[in-house]
This record gives sequence, C-alpha cells and structure tokens, in this order.
Amino acid sequence: MKNTLEDRIPEFNRKQDSDDVAGFSGLTSLTSGRNRTLLEIAAIALVAVVIVGGAELLIKAMEIPHYVLPLPSQIAAAIVAEWTFLQPHLLVTLYELGVGFSIGASIGFLLAAIITQFPFVEKIVTPYILLLVTTPMLALVPLLILQFGFGSEPRIIAVALASGPMVMINSATGFRRVDLAKIALARSFGANTFQIFTKIRIPMAMPMILVGLLVGSIFGLLTTVAAEMVGGADGLGSRLTYYSSMVRMPQFFAVILLLATIGISFYAFFYWVGKKWAGWQA
Amino acid sequence: MQSHARGGAAQTGSSEFEPKMRVQSADKFYHTASGDVHALDSVDLDVRDGEFICVIGPSGCGKTTLLWCMAGLHDLSSGSVLLGQERIVSPHPEIAMIFQDANLLPWRDLIRNIYLPFEIKRVKPDIDRIQKLLAQVGLEGFDRKYPRELSGGMQQRASIVRSLAVDPSLLLMDEPFGALDAFTRDEMNLLIQSIWMETGKTIVFVTHSIPEAIFLADRVAVMSARPGRITRIFDIDIPRPRTIDITTTPSFIGKVLEIKASIESR
Repeated sequence: MKNTLEDRIPEFNRKQDSDDVAGFSGLTSLTSGRNRTLLEIAAIALVAVVIVGGAELLIKAMEIPHYVLPLPSQIAAAIVAEWTFLQPHLLVTLYELGVGFSIGASIGFLLAAIITQFPFVEKIVTPYILLLVTTPMLALVPLLILQFGFGSEPRIIAVALASGPMVMINSATGFRRVDLAKIALARSFGANTFQIFTKIRIPMAMPMILVGLLVGSIFGLLTTVAAEMVGGADGLGSRLTYYSSMVRMPQFFAVILLLATIGISFYAFFYWVGKKWAGWQA
Repeated sequence: MQSHARGGAAQTGSSEFEPKMRVQSADKFYHTASGDVHALDSVDLDVRDGEFICVIGPSGCGKTTLLWCMAGLHDLSSGSVLLGQERIVSPHPEIAMIFQDANLLPWRDLIRNIYLPFEIKRVKPDIDRIQKLLAQVGLEGFDRKYPRELSGGMQQRASIVRSLAVDPSLLLMDEPFGALDAFTRDEMNLLIQSIWMETGKTIVFVTHSIPEAIFLADRVAVMSARPGRITRIFDIDIPRPRTIDITTTPSFIGKVLEIKASIESR
C-alpha cells in the first residue's frame, strides 16, 4: 500500500494514465488507457487457456451431459464442421446489423447535431428520445413482422430504432460540451458556423460520439440476434433457436461464440478509433 | 533592436495622428436572467499605430468585454469600434486575438494548431514564416507535440505563433500570461516585448497586474468596474528594451504606486 504513493512523482495536476477497463459507458474507458504490454497479453492468453482447459477437464470429470454443457473441444469442432452452413447466416446477421446500425447511427448523429443547436427544441425532444432509449425495441419486432414479413426489413428497422437513440443521446451530450473560448477562437479567425461545427464542435464531441457508436453497435447486435430469434429462418439468431430446439448444444455454443466475436470486434474497432480520434481526451 | 519600426504615426505628435483603432463612446449591456449588466459605459479609447497599450483594472471591470468588442466578437450596445476608417462589427483579418490559457485545441498537435487560422481562411500556411516564428519563440522541434505535452509557457508561445502566423497588424491579448507562474511570466513579457519591437505590430494587452502593464506598455489605460469606463491613461516613458531589473527601480515602483492609487481612489 505504501509504495503506491511513494513511487509516483507528485504531479497532481497531471492526469494519471488509467489502466485499461472493460466498461464502455464512461468517457475515459474508450479514450484513455495505455497499450498492453507483452506480459499482459501473455497473461490474458494464459487465463483463456486455463478457463478453456479447466472447463474441458471439469466437464469430463463431473460427467456433465453434453446437452447441458458441451466440451470446449466439441464447440471448436462444431464451428469447423458447421462453418459452411453457418456462414450465410453470419452474413445475414452482419448485413442486418450493418444496415440497421448505419441508418440508426446516421439519423441519431444528425439529430443530435441539429437539436443541440436549438436548446428549446432539445428540451421538447429529449423526453421522447429517452422513451426510445428505455423502451426495448424488441417488443416492436412482432408488430414489424406483421407489417413487413419474415425478411430482413423488420430486423433492420428494429436495429436502427435500438441503436439510433443510443448514438443520439451520447452525441448530444458531446455537442453540449461547448467551450466558448474555443468557438471564439475560431470566430476571431473568421470561421463561419459550418467551420465552427466541423473544426471545433465535432472534434470536441468526438469522445462522446464514439461512446454512442460503441454502445449503439452493441445494442444493435443484441437487437439483431433477438429479432432473428423471434421469427424467420435465417441469421445467427434463428440458428440459436434451431439448435436449442434440436438440443445440439455444441453447435448452439458455436453460434454464441461467433456472436461474442462480433461484439468484441466492435469494441476493439471503436477502441482503436477512439485512441486515434479522441486520444487527446485522456 | 533600437531602430524598430514604430509605425511612424505614433511619433508624429499626439494631436495630429490617425489612430490604428478608435473606440467611440462604446456601451455594452449584457442581458442576464438576474438583470442587465452594464459592462462598458461610454468608453473612448484611441489606439495609436504601432503602440503597446495595456488596459488594466479589477476583475469584472469589462476589460475582456472591451477587447472582445474590439475583436468584433461581441456587438456593442451603442457606440463604435473603428479600424482605420472601417467599422468593426465582425472579426477582421487584420486583427488577431490571443486568449487566456493559450486556448490551443487539445485534439490537434502544435503545428496543426498553428495551421487552424489558415484552414479557416482557406489559404496555404506560410511554412517558412511559421518555422521562423517557432524558432523565435524557442519551439522548434515541437511541431508534433500535443498541447497536453507542453508546459503552460510553451502553450502560450504556440498560441502567439498561431496569431502572428497570419500576420495581423493589431494584436489583442486577453490576460495571456495570467495563468503562468512568475518566472515564466517574466520570460513571456520579455519575449512579447522583443516580438513587438521587431514586428512593429500594434498591441492591446489586457492584464490585472500593474507591474506587467508598466513593464510592457507605452501607455496604460486604467478601467473602473461596474460600469466599466476608462478613468485615466498613464504614459510610460521607460526606454526600451526594458529588462526585468527595471521592475525593482524606485521610479518603476513609484509608477506602480501611482497607478494603484488611481485605481483605489475610485
């Protein structure tokens, strides 16, 4: 305990490099944190090996039936064996997620940018946006299916409705962080409203915009999968329903692994973008 | 150094000069929820071409308001600001502003901070000129550093380069060194004096430090608070270049006390 104080140079005004945290709701988690050292990466890999290997041994030793918990080796084998069958479903899921998220995020971002310019409008609109944020868009899926059938459209709409408001409230928080001095600076050099927007307001809001995009993409993924589980015969979500009804647990977990990979990829992507575009926040 | 350009006009006699900037019976009210604030009350100020004038006064006396109106960032409630013959109602390319706390953009490295005015004006940055200025203020080799990696003094030097790079003829400085420690502040004052002597720019410098004002200025304008008005203008005739040593001479201290008394008598 003593060393934590004594080993540090007492510069209290400097912000400390915070260690990497996995949360994504905070501002700093995206933008701060140093790169992992080789040792840390090795340790993370080691933990994975211990967990996977341990699960394998434990499940075998305790003779847990495979329809309850499949062996990690069975899951790995299932991914390989089922790949050609799962790939089109993966592409459907990625397509729905990509299109829905793009539409939702664009609208959310634009609305945030416009609304924050007019405080009165913002006050009127915010409760409705909160309503959209807090309402599980999933509840709308059966309704949307009635309207649009079992294709991709209802899912894309649900994804857009789930991710858009997330992007919007976070971006709006970012756009609200106005620094009058910086706007005055740009103005003093003759900047017009559009230049102030692109050169001051957007970079300033960037950390929060990225948080919004990350949270929105994760919400989008959840909604895609859940919407696919509700109805339809394609997409990874429908495979979850299918495999669980057939009690094919290795395949079921293989799909979950694929979904987790998509989620982690989003996180890694936005983390990387955050380092690049919002690293100044740290 | 001694034969620096002083823009001529300032030396051709005090009665017959064309001021660089003329503030005429400027009034400024801010309308706030708790009532109107009378920030400027019929302020008249002539800024001579090539001079270094300091505006001094207690906090909240309207110094910054006056400067922002001179920069065209604020509208006056009545009265006018003239640059030569031209009425200033919006930012003007001949005028550059230097802000408190450097005001660098934290998401841009030093060189891209300096490019900002060029991007806004959509002209190619004059890289030779910028490098020369950076060398002059001792910032060569820091191009790619981000503001958080620079000390307060270095940040403010970068912001001075940013403003000088677009070659304005009038520099408005709003308590630029207020947040710096005393040593850095002395250093910056010497630097700004030498920049002023070499470039012959007209500088309006707002501060709340009387010694700083006397050290830098040809003239010190004293402002009173609420409503803000200019109560007196002192001529400072200490020869240049001035050194930090002169700030301890009896005549300098006498001047400090004189100006202090004129503020307190209000």
